[in-house]
Amino acid sequence: MRAFTYERASSPAQAAEKAARTPGARFIAGGTNLLDLMKLEIETPTHLIDVNGLDLDRIEDVDDGGLRIGALVRNTDLAAHPRVRRDYAVLVRALLSGASGQLRNRATTAGNLLQRTRCPYFYDTAQPCNKRLPGSGCAALQGVSRQHAVIGVGDACIATHPSDMAVAMRLLDATVETVRPDGTTRRIAIADLHRLPGDRPQVETVLAPGELVTAVVLPAPLGGRHVYRKVRDRASYAFALVSVAAVVQRDGSGRVALGGIAPKPWRVAAADAELPRGAGAVSERLLAGARPTAHNAFKLTLVERTLGAVLAEAGAQA
Amino acid sequence: MKFDTPATTNPIDRLTIVGKPTDRIDGPLKTTGRAPYAYERHDVAPDAVYGYVVGATIAKGRIRAIDTHAARAAPGVLAVVTADNAGRLGKGKHNTARLLGGPQIEHYHQAIALVVAETFEQARAAAALVRVDYERAHGRYDLARGRDAAVEPKSDPDTGAGDFDAAYAAAAVRLDATYTTPDQSHAMMEPHASIAAWNGDRLTLWTSNQMIHWSKRDMAMTLGIAEDKVRLDSPYIGGGFGGKLFLRADALLAALGARAVRRPVKVALQRPLIFNNTTHRPATIQRLRIGCRQDGTIEAIAHESWSGDLPGGSPEVATQQSRWLYAGAHRKAALRLATLDLPEGNAMRAPGEAPGMLALEVAMDEMAEKLGIDPVQFRVLNDTQVDPEQPERPFSQRRLVECLRTGAERFGWQRRAARPAQVREGRWWIGLGMAAAYRNNLVMTSGARVRLDRRGIVTVETDMTDIGTGSYTIIAQTAAEMMGVPLDRVVVRLGDSNFPVSAGSGGQWGANSATAGVYAACTKLREAVARRLDLDPTAATFEDGIVRAGDRRIALTEAAQDAELAAEDHIEFGDLAERYRQATFGAHFVEVGVDAWTAEIRVRRMLAVCAAGRILNPKSARSQVIGAMTMGVGAALMEELAIDRRLGFFVNHDLAGYEVPVHADIPHQEVVFLDETDPISSPMKAKGVGELGICGVGAALANAIHNAVGVRVRDYPITLDKLIAQMPRIGK
Ligand SMILES: Cc1cc2nc3c(=O)[nH]c(=O)nc-3n(C[C@H](O)[C@H](O)[C@H](O)COP(=O)(O)OP(=O)(O)OC[C@H]3O[C@@H](n4cnc5c(N)ncnc54)[C@H](O)[C@@H]3O)c2cc1C
Ligand code: SF4
Repeated sequence: MRAFTYERASSPAQAAEKAARTPGARFIAGGTNLLDLMKLEIETPTHLIDVNGLDLDRIEDVDDGGLRIGALVRNTDLAAHPRVRRDYAVLVRALLSGASGQLRNRATTAGNLLQRTRCPYFYDTAQPCNKRLPGSGCAALQGVSRQHAVIGVGDACIATHPSDMAVAMRLLDATVETVRPDGTTRRIAIADLHRLPGDRPQVETVLAPGELVTAVVLPAPLGGRHVYRKVRDRASYAFALVSVAAVVQRDGSGRVALGGIAPKPWRVAAADAELPRGAGAVSERLLAGARPTAHNAFKLTLVERTLGAVLAEAGAQA
Repeated sequence: MKFDTPATTNPIDRLTIVGKPTDRIDGPLKTTGRAPYAYERHDVAPDAVYGYVVGATIAKGRIRAIDTHAARAAPGVLAVVTADNAGRLGKGKHNTARLLGGPQIEHYHQAIALVVAETFEQARAAAALVRVDYERAHGRYDLARGRDAAVEPKSDPDTGAGDFDAAYAAAAVRLDATYTTPDQSHAMMEPHASIAAWNGDRLTLWTSNQMIHWSKRDMAMTLGIAEDKVRLDSPYIGGGFGGKLFLRADALLAALGARAVRRPVKVALQRPLIFNNTTHRPATIQRLRIGCRQDGTIEAIAHESWSGDLPGGSPEVATQQSRWLYAGAHRKAALRLATLDLPEGNAMRAPGEAPGMLALEVAMDEMAEKLGIDPVQFRVLNDTQVDPEQPERPFSQRRLVECLRTGAERFGWQRRAARPAQVREGRWWIGLGMAAAYRNNLVMTSGARVRLDRRGIVTVETDMTDIGTGSYTIIAQTAAEMMGVPLDRVVVRLGDSNFPVSAGSGGQWGANSATAGVYAACTKLREAVARRLDLDPTAATFEDGIVRAGDRRIALTEAAQDAELAAEDHIEFGDLAERYRQATFGAHFVEVGVDAWTAEIRVRRMLAVCAAGRILNPKSARSQVIGAMTMGVGAALMEELAIDRRLGFFVNHDLAGYEVPVHADIPHQEVVFLDETDPISSPMKAKGVGELGICGVGAALANAIHNAVGVRVRDYPITLDKLIAQMPRIGK
């Protein structure tokens, strides 16, 4: 870990302004991802701006029946919130399938969305990795890639976005609210928050330098049956090989999103329309253009079968 | 004390304390955080500074240049130790690669430097400033490709009996199957950690180590100093599983760092380094051939296993159990060793049997299926009471059949559908599987010193270690039983090389051998007490704090009124281990669910029945067995050091990437110990159990998966991607 300076932000706008003005500055929220990466010198900020003291830890109703979740709401608190439990069960299930109780007590809503990949070569600073060291190559491409993404990838990087929560947020079409260094605010559809790697895998989101996430807003509840299914080798405390988030209505319509297979939470509008035709049709649409490696080609089959399980579960609940 | 004739009745047989389920006497210290582990021994070296290890980032080659200027100039840095300035170093008997590499690099993350600084953070930050210019060399990282060039190791020549080839060719039913097991890591909780301090030319090392004497000697050999200049102290160990049998880089580098800065230095191997820096269980390719008569009698059995190691290394003896587990007049066992440039392979919990049983016991299941015989019955049919390679040599004790039958009955084995993929509960396909358990029983010379003070406190001192197994407690039980005092009158001190040399913790020999050593020392102390009290040593009995001979009864404390009494002895084993085959036996039963859609595999319940001689403490023995069963679940379902075959290292080198079972993976475990004693094993009539529990359990799970979904996976670990293409129709 490199030496760094530290300050507590006094307001969201001040935090954003300071972050943009200070080279090497980073926000720190729960620190459950950033600190680990700093210890390994994968992240080497020279200045940390602690946003924990900002008043961003509330969950409030919004006028259209949705819910505004402060950027600093802890994963545990979000999963326990009565309205989230009642109206957004898929989000609760996604949250509770992630990490461990201790980590969720600390992890924040914004930090979870912005957590970085778990690619093992990304974690080994001795190895080439375009995401960590742009231009150095991608060790995973010809290496060990069982966990890696099968779609949305390119030759520069095949890493996944590892979050569970983000998959449910994407399914629900959440909106991310931010404040920019000049003090203005903006709203970003979650679909647009994360970028595909292209030839710049080090740039993971559309956030501008210094731009601070202040909240995530969920639209009015969808009703229907909520399922989150996370597939992994061990029963708990592991990242998803594949995950499926779904909301299915009584008439069989609905929407699905996938985790564990792409550089961002994966959703294809055309796939939702195929839901009445079953898992095969849906997964064909979701995975059109997939580019798996020899190690992770099984994920294609696994997606279809997990979708089948999810649809069966949703159907059985009817 | 020489143990060369089977034990007769002795004071242990009273079983007033030995054999009773007993809480760990170190338990309260551990659960309240007061058991100091090596890195936390703030009291012994309050002025210690911190070392951080730099590992090589190539797998093979040499260092052209190493630049430590920036690191040395960094805040707080006191020294940077490298091969250039460490002085001449030898190599320990138990090390294959050198613990401080350079200029030659033998494997990835071989230590090449130690940065010593005032604080841990300063040492870590400066370590990242060490610049190394490497010249990469071509290495061999693929066992499958090295297989043809593998050679018969001198240490482990081929064995056999009869004429395997002819008998196999003539057999009515034949199986020829190949299995692979991956490299695995011990993944113990506590990392390798040491604090080193020099006083003149004497080195003290507070460390975490299973085999005090081996490591003391190897430290002296490596540093080129006399053995008596080195002291090791390792009273508490946060798990080892064989990963801490040897002197490792933390210890050597702490010693070198402390010599360089003339202050105590503490070093813990950072977690991401451990997987490639230390030893691991080597991968194997195993071929099993079994030829049977139609009635299920094994005529011919051959087990061949290939493994790899660095030059000068040794094979994984995966064929071991196949030499002795089942009858069959015509047999052979062969190991082949390939040269690989991956990190060093060595012992991990039940070396040999743990991976070997993963192959043999699936082959037995496959053969039973071919024969149409129940797998339990097939094993019963091929039991042997003598060493099949040397039929004149009987087993000292062998109740495998009783384990199998007891297990089958308690587990409800008769409910198993012989045909796979028949039982479905909701989304789960359900399967039952079983396997025999087998692990050799090794015995080792072991010493102890026992003292009796005027308050009647019995103190035992031995360099035996407790790696979380319960050694403290069984040693206390043994001394209490022998001296006729309650458990709370016994103090046990372990892990200090100033104490008599013990068997140490390895190969599941520790419990039996070390308590037998304590038995020997206590026998001597009893004689001393009797003499002091003027009683006939051969007639004296020790019970309830009273020594009695004939009609005389004297309080034990009387004996030490004037001066403490002490006795030291060791147990030495004669040729009983040659005249008899000694082993531990058991049976594993597993029920598994396989998700009909995703092929996720989840254990539902497990049972182990063990026949392992006298069980000294059923409570800690059970803990050992369920822990081993859990580790067996890991071996079967998830543990694998994933090799990058271009770059030559284990890629998933942290606990996020190297998965071991978590609580949710282990819903229900049951352990049954058969009531037995083995008087040929030791005066304790005990054997080991710490490794038996892992031997076979993974195969039972593999067989259960096959029973659940009808897919036979022969490459471990059995993960869902290996099942998913062949799953039965999902159905409803
Ligand atoms: C052992 C382990 C297991 C895990 N398992 C899972 C799992 O199964 N599923 C899963 O989904 N996750 C898992 N996680 C990841 C965990 O969910 C994340 O570490 C956590 O959500 C990050 O939140 P944080 O608040 O601690 O973020 P931090 O570490 O504080 O920050 C993460 C990143 O977000 C940035 N950031 C934080 N807040 C803001 C803000 N308001 N605006 C702009 N940028 C911001 C930081 O600068 C940093 O780059 C696991 C983590 C660990 C350590
Ligand atoms: S997949 Fe991405 S993160 Fe992993 S090594 Fe390649 S570039 Fe780096």
